[in-house]
Amino acid sequence: MDQYKGKSLSWRVADGVIELALNRAPANEIGRAMLEDLERFASSLSALESKASALIVYSEQKAGFSAGADLREVYTQAQKMEMSSAVQGVREFLERIHAVLNRIDDSPLTTIAAVHGVCFGGGFELALTCDLIVADKMARFCFPELRLGLIPGFGGIPRLKRDVGNAVVRDLLLTGRSINATKALSVGLASQVAAEGEALRLARATAAQVTKFDRHTAAAAKRFIKPIPSSELRNEIDIFCELFTRPAVMEGLRKFVEDTGAHPYLP
Amino acid sequence: MNSPMKTIEQTTDEILDLAATHFKVPRAGLGPEDDFYKKLGIDSLQALELLTRIENHFGVELPDYEVQGVSDFRTLASRIQARL
Repeated sequence: MDQYKGKSLSWRVADGVIELALNRAPANEIGRAMLEDLERFASSLSALESKASALIVYSEQKAGFSAGADLREVYTQAQKMEMSSAVQGVREFLERIHAVLNRIDDSPLTTIAAVHGVCFGGGFELALTCDLIVADKMARFCFPELRLGLIPGFGGIPRLKRDVGNAVVRDLLLTGRSINATKALSVGLASQVAAEGEALRLARATAAQVTKFDRHTAAAAKRFIKPIPSSELRNEIDIFCELFTRPAVMEGLRKFVEDTGAHPYLP
Repeated sequence: MNSPMKTIEQTTDEILDLAATHFKVPRAGLGPEDDFYKKLGIDSLQALELLTRIENHFGVELPDYEVQGVSDFRTLASRIQARL
């Protein structure tokens, strides 16, 4: 379908550009609802790609691109189960989200993430599947997973390693700190920084540019320069699931979910 | 020629100005010792917005773990001051 409006996202194709708009309040947390909609998108992508040269992924939520995995859902579900069942559930979720993100990563189209506000965890991992990141001046990028005793589980480490220097990967991963758009540009994570509120407009201008080029040639160039780190992506799932069994993780999730203070997104 | 160093008072004033503008509150109602979470009624996502404004304004990076436990404007200013 050329147009779709689901519970957590919508898409449309116009003028050779697919636009995927994330829209799940409050901050596009990626839980089962978002995953199901993303799977719907991924399964439609081949048909959409035949009509387009570029894909833009952006958010309609004011808070930002995405705050990452729906930790409340993870905690609520895991709490009800024996740990072995919880880990099995986590593994199934990871395999499904990896399938979606791998499909976007592997798209022959030129893909552009227009990022504003928070781009954390799984949201950051979604942005990293794209060829280009256009960052709003107020965007922030972060892998906070170590704060919960975890590592990024949606493919973030292999994809970040693909894009930036190892020192930057170590900084983000091991400190759990967030970086702004200016820093993201300086390390090569973002290709452009937009004035506040202008990221989508710049992404559209960039997409309009790439639609001028022969699609077959652009796809060939992309296959040549953008490897999918398949083996590392599989390893990441295994490491994540092993870490998830540690008591510190459920305790970290509990604290995040039950925090009534102002600070859950700060270290 | 180097620009003169800002004093902590100047830095604090500029942070108060940024906070008032960003959160659309009267500047006169904000003071250096105020708890910005309570005074502004903000959460951590909004605090990150303020952090971004501050970083962009002063041209510094302030790792968010440096603001752990910081809730007043003056202490926030001292963290910035250490990076100017």
